[in-house]
Amino acid sequence: MHQLEQLQRSFVVARKDVWIYYAKGPVMVFGLIFPLFLLMAFTIGRNMTVKDLFPGLMGMAIFFTSTAVGPAILPWEARSKTLERLVSSPVEVWALLLGDVFASFVFGLLISIIPLAIAILMGVDVLYLMVFGSGMILATFCFASLSILLSVYPPTDVPATVMMLSSLVRFPLVFISGVFIPVEEMPDWARTIASASPLTYFIDLARYSTTGISYYSIPTDLGVLTALALLFLVVSIKLHERFLPQRLS
Amino acid sequence: MEAIEVDNLTKRYGGSTAVDSISFKVEEGEIFGFLGPNGSGKSTTIRMLTGIIKPDGGTAVIMGHDIKKDAIRAKQAMGVVPEMSNAYVELSAWNNLMLMGELYGVPKRDREERAKELLKQFGLYDRKESPARGFSKGMKQRLILCMALINQPSVLVLDEPTSGLDVESSRLIKDVIRELNRAGTTVFLTTHNMEDASQLCERIAIINRGVIAAIDRPEGLKQAAAFQSIELSFNRTVFAEDLSNFSCVKEVKKMGDKFRLYVEDVDLTMDCIMDYARSHDLKIVALNTLAPSLEDIFVSLTHKNKPGED
Repeated sequence: MHQLEQLQRSFVVARKDVWIYYAKGPVMVFGLIFPLFLLMAFTIGRNMTVKDLFPGLMGMAIFFTSTAVGPAILPWEARSKTLERLVSSPVEVWALLLGDVFASFVFGLLISIIPLAIAILMGVDVLYLMVFGSGMILATFCFASLSILLSVYPPTDVPATVMMLSSLVRFPLVFISGVFIPVEEMPDWARTIASASPLTYFIDLARYSTTGISYYSIPTDLGVLTALALLFLVVSIKLHERFLPQRLS
Repeated sequence: MEAIEVDNLTKRYGGSTAVDSISFKVEEGEIFGFLGPNGSGKSTTIRMLTGIIKPDGGTAVIMGHDIKKDAIRAKQAMGVVPEMSNAYVELSAWNNLMLMGELYGVPKRDREERAKELLKQFGLYDRKESPARGFSKGMKQRLILCMALINQPSVLVLDEPTSGLDVESSRLIKDVIRELNRAGTTVFLTTHNMEDASQLCERIAIINRGVIAAIDRPEGLKQAAAFQSIELSFNRTVFAEDLSNFSCVKEVKKMGDKFRLYVEDVDLTMDCIMDYARSHDLKIVALNTLAPSLEDIFVSLTHKNKPGED
């Protein structure tokens, strides 16, 4: 009963985040345009079809939208003096953070539907809709959890510091995750590194959904995404609980 | 039942002890003031009581709920106005209240009725749809107080509620605190304003360097003071050093054309003043004996320019 009550309050936190941080024109435009520009930068002149581009485009859309704002929420709340108010309310830290994750998840999922719809209109045929849908949901939740983990340290109230440090993690992840080169075409050392990135598994699922070919097995892709989502969530809750007093001081 | 029961509460930061085994009780329906200079451990204590930071030792129980073991129920019983607090400036006054109501699990109908009442009571109802961004400091503070009251708390914790506010907002907030207290709400507040503390609080605790220096009723603290003061003015200018030479005078402060003498024995000092006036052919224009103010007590207990020790 108590946990259910806390879960309900985490939805309240999520709705607050959407109102305050996500439902803004520039944030939404960034979520749509940025992955597209990044993809164009690496594909123009390489004679690739929309079908070839689809896994990378969807991977980047989901990854960048669901991690776009999440790392900045807690520093921003600390800066604008609303975090202390929030922490003194009867909401557990885990529920507070889960709310932030839900908000990133909803934003990432909704914005990513747009490039998906455009790709389908341009002739991309999603052969395994259930696999793709499950992968999309799991990956968005996984990246949303990662976004909260990225704001743990330093426990600052300067959003720009956290965003800069989170970019240092997010951009390299894109390059090692098979967005531009399929995992099977990578050298062994790169393949080992790619296996550490959650984005790799979603791109593998997206490629399977349109071509029927994947590097990892589908249960592996889904299982790793689930495991990493839980790992990011649990670790970020534990670390935030530890560092929250420092952020508030 | 005690509304707040603090026993040996301790908080350490690195090698220093911010709050050192403090203990006190606040009765239900009481207005309790918690005073202390900057860095005395006042805000750290409030943060522990409100569950924002965890104590390193001791216990704090709010309406029967231990803040460490049963933090959510303890928080549920409280309304909190933290010192460093703000409303969500992007949201309207109404939406800020709805958000807080939902976080405290107040049913929709109740929170809407309560929000309407509170906004009217605090003079914000006409601006309920305006984003808090456009509110003055006084309006924001009133809104934050509304947010703290949306759950009809048994205990209201206020950290510097009138700090930096205009006279109108400050007076409104004090009136509401008294009104809430009459209705049975226990109020725990910190303030730097001794006048506010003296007017509002039934009992006061003074904390200094992490330990409680005194707990009593404001008048009790004044009576227990080992010094009184005399305010006097002569018809001509005299030197403060002359008055300092009186054996029973501990300290002399020049205040415009008047002097304030901090003394241990009023009767003896009066004799000295009379002798001095006669021997220097001076006329006494004004002479008042004054009980120590709460500010005097505070300064005395916190060892800042302690009267008589300079």
